[in-house]
Amino acid sequence: MKDIQLTIDHKTIQVPEGTTVLEAAKKVAVNIPHLCYHPDQEIKANCRICVVEVKGSRKLSAACSTRVWEGMEVLTNTRKVRDMQRGILELMLANHNQDCLKCHRNGNCELQDLCERFNISRTHLEDAVDALPLDNTNPSLVRDSSKCIKCGRCVEACQNVQEVHVLTHSHRSTRFNIAPAYEMPLEDTLCVFCGQCAAVCPTGAIVEKDDTDLVWEAIEDPSKHVIVQVAPAVRVALGDAFGLPKGEIVTGKTVAALRRLGFDQVFDTNFTADLTIMEESHELLSRLSQLSKGEKPVLPMVTSCSPGWINYIEGVYDDLLDHLSTCKSPQQMFGALSKTYYAELKGLAPSDIFTVSVMPCTAKKYEAARPEMTSGGVREVDAVLTTRELARMIGSAGIEFAEIEEETFDTPFGIGSGAGAIFGATGGVTEAALRTAYEVVTGEELLSLEFKEVRGLEGIKEAEVAIGDEVVLRVAVANGLSNAKTLMLQIRRGESPYHFIEIMACPGGCLGGGGQPIRSTNDVREKRMDALYKIDEAQPIRKSHKNPDVLKLYETWLGEPLGHKSHELLHTHYHSRGK
Amino acid sequence: MPNTVSFITAHFDKHNPDDLASCLAIGGFGGLKRALGLTPAELIQIITASGIQGRGGAAYSTGIKWRQAADVPGDDKVVICNADEGEPCTFKDRTLMEKDPFRLLEGMAIAGYAVGAKHGYIYLREEYRHLRPKLQKAIDQARTNQWLGSHIQGTNFSFDITLYSGAGAYVCGEGSTLIESMEGKSGRPRIKPPFIKECGLFQKPTLVNNVETLSAAAAILDFGAEEFKAYGTEKSPGTKLISLAGNVRRPGAYEIPFGMTLRAIIETIGGGLEEGRILRLVQLGGASGRIAPASLLDTPYTYEDLAKAGLDVGSGGILVVDDRTSVIEFLESIQDFFIHESCGKCTPCREGNRQIGRIIARFADGAPRPDDLETAKRFATIMSNCSFCGLGETAQSALLSAIRHFPEVFELGAFGEGDEAGLKANANVKASAAGVAVGETIGKHSFKGERGERA
Repeated sequence: MKDIQLTIDHKTIQVPEGTTVLEAAKKVAVNIPHLCYHPDQEIKANCRICVVEVKGSRKLSAACSTRVWEGMEVLTNTRKVRDMQRGILELMLANHNQDCLKCHRNGNCELQDLCERFNISRTHLEDAVDALPLDNTNPSLVRDSSKCIKCGRCVEACQNVQEVHVLTHSHRSTRFNIAPAYEMPLEDTLCVFCGQCAAVCPTGAIVEKDDTDLVWEAIEDPSKHVIVQVAPAVRVALGDAFGLPKGEIVTGKTVAALRRLGFDQVFDTNFTADLTIMEESHELLSRLSQLSKGEKPVLPMVTSCSPGWINYIEGVYDDLLDHLSTCKSPQQMFGALSKTYYAELKGLAPSDIFTVSVMPCTAKKYEAARPEMTSGGVREVDAVLTTRELARMIGSAGIEFAEIEEETFDTPFGIGSGAGAIFGATGGVTEAALRTAYEVVTGEELLSLEFKEVRGLEGIKEAEVAIGDEVVLRVAVANGLSNAKTLMLQIRRGESPYHFIEIMACPGGCLGGGGQPIRSTNDVREKRMDALYKIDEAQPIRKSHKNPDVLKLYETWLGEPLGHKSHELLHTHYHSRGK
Repeated sequence: MPNTVSFITAHFDKHNPDDLASCLAIGGFGGLKRALGLTPAELIQIITASGIQGRGGAAYSTGIKWRQAADVPGDDKVVICNADEGEPCTFKDRTLMEKDPFRLLEGMAIAGYAVGAKHGYIYLREEYRHLRPKLQKAIDQARTNQWLGSHIQGTNFSFDITLYSGAGAYVCGEGSTLIESMEGKSGRPRIKPPFIKECGLFQKPTLVNNVETLSAAAAILDFGAEEFKAYGTEKSPGTKLISLAGNVRRPGAYEIPFGMTLRAIIETIGGGLEEGRILRLVQLGGASGRIAPASLLDTPYTYEDLAKAGLDVGSGGILVVDDRTSVIEFLESIQDFFIHESCGKCTPCREGNRQIGRIIARFADGAPRPDDLETAKRFATIMSNCSFCGLGETAQSALLSAIRHFPEVFELGAFGEGDEAGLKANANVKASAAGVAVGETIGKHSFKGERGERA
């Protein structure tokens, strides 16, 4: 591609053909204001805040959608540009519920940042905030259209990235809004609660349902034994919220902070990730052995640990539910054990234990609230906090997260293998399952543990793995539901060549989840991914079936993978969500 | 009618628009017949030589547009006739389709032949659904008689036309929005590039032309580019259909040569104003057009002269407003229209129209705030500079030109008096009996009446 020479604010630069003015300006250290623009999304040019002067153009040009041309002269900082950008911001503010101090996104809001940048104090416009009723009746997400600036990022996340097609534009002009069809509440739609909309929202128009009060209350309640589990992807993202470098590994700090918050025990979801691998790889092997006996098991077997994905398949591909592994997710396996095994161990009634999980995910809230997710007669997971909510709790407790000294997890759910850690990245479950399946089938030690073909941010990855001399396992890995769709349609057509498919609802897997600190761009996802693989590499135990506490759990209590107790506690069933 | 001409409208009232045979009997489809004997390049050369500019409002050279469309690679191209005649007080396309639908079909086939398209679509505005049977009948008859369909008149050229109705949004008159609407999506403009000439309807290379442009192209092929250029001026060659509306005695769609003054159009064609009425203002080009006071009435109706006077041909609409409607009332109705019709996609148009609407309402109530005029000007300028599409860019044309030509009506405290002062300046264009041949009392609807129809 050839280079284009242009000037931006009289500075001459060369950029590749096809570069937008907004991108080119970054190269001369100019950050043109933007709101609908998102580095991982299509260009929309709706908000118009990025307008700049281009010599020879009658009107201003949107920097996000205007491509550079040879000899172009761009001015980003003239009085005219500043006045127009500011005016557009004033127009947005006039239709924005400015309860900023009471907003979850206070201090972390792109609109607020621009107000600061443009030194907005008063405007000449009358407020004209029109809003639909607050949509807060589902367990995962809250939509407040009075804060929506109609940038369309959420619509793109919902329609193009996830292909869930729930959020859409409705009406026109002053009634123009972003909502599900017929403005139904989310739980009456096929929303999967992945929260990718909330993750890209520049303001507080879509946020996670806040459960921090519920958790504070439990911690304060002397009759409750409050335990917490931390998902693998949280430990490579929580630091973002405290200004640490993106992708910094903060496992020990997280454990310490949770203890300071008052949790009685702090556990690791990596432990139940290992347990999931034990169950899931044996389930796969059992289906494969049926195959070798000439029977017709349901293949490919598809993973079930991503609750956004489960919501999606139950809604859209409910004819393929038999393909799902019956394993509960690591969160729910933990919850089930906490109310049974752990209760017995501690001599507590299941109802006296309050189980909290810290997840990178908003759909986990929905999953925990499912009626089938009960064990020992009680709800398995009592409250789910997203990474963002945990950050808020740490902040309100006055804990200096960056300074806090590292601590380690408690037993009996404190050891997680490297395989458990990489659950947080797309391809991680597959890699973890392969490590175990290989050794279970062949009885030999796997020498090369890393299956690099299933790593990375690519939407669909595939690999063939020889397990012993006879079995060649064909696997596919998808992240983002639009990619899941491709693989599901293949199954529906009877053309799926795979034995095993891993699906994570969110781009990048859990590390890119809808509950992670805001501004999780693909660049940030990559850093988190590197960090998870670093955790794996540094781990003395890197295979789930070598986790000593998992083995102990089977020996002393569960019996064997896919055994009776496992079925009762660690496996589930699925429903069609109806259409 | 004095001063009107018949070039595009040559077949009006000379045949039965429901009967192809009657059209063929007076030489119908002569333009297509001639076109099929030419190469596409020769055909485009004739259109270019005629100097015709797009009649939808953008006034881009039709010859160049066709040349570019022909140059786009691909053998699955589309011609769309934009019959979404949405500008208020504009109805010349409706008249063309009512009185000579065959001219339009002929023009579409010619365009298809020129650019290498096999499929044509007419995007008919929802409000014109009563024309569907007539157009469909014309299409069916033309197909039966091999003026459409496979191997037209035994040649290797095949071209067929599908009729498509919009759903009633003004913004769908914008080319890319029209295409979104045809694809079943909400009517909101597309980002460009890609340009619709390369990637339009169903991602196919697409040529979009106005009803009048296509009808005129057929007439040019039929009668010759020189014949067309015999009318008009050097920079605005040919004839133009205008929609003369509002407070004139004889409103209607007329074909005129470019170059007549606005005064001549209003007085000799329109029959002037009603007895005793005084001209308040004229708006050219529909609701998105600028307004002019009486002092500009001697401007010749050409692209170049109107541009010099800060005006525009636009849709070809000429709306005459007399003293029964005040400038502010007029602006209020325009603003209502745009608040209703903004698609809502971009901030300046969605929020700007609403905010300016509130300001105009305060002027109408006689209680503007001290900074209202400046605020309205500021946001109107932001809208015209920063909006996503032409709708937002032009929605404030009336307001900005009103501020320029009628500053007195915005003066604080002078409400009412300001309007009177404006009228005094206009008094020289009282309805002059000289311009009115017969004392007919047609054209009694004020602009507010038009609004009623829209709602």
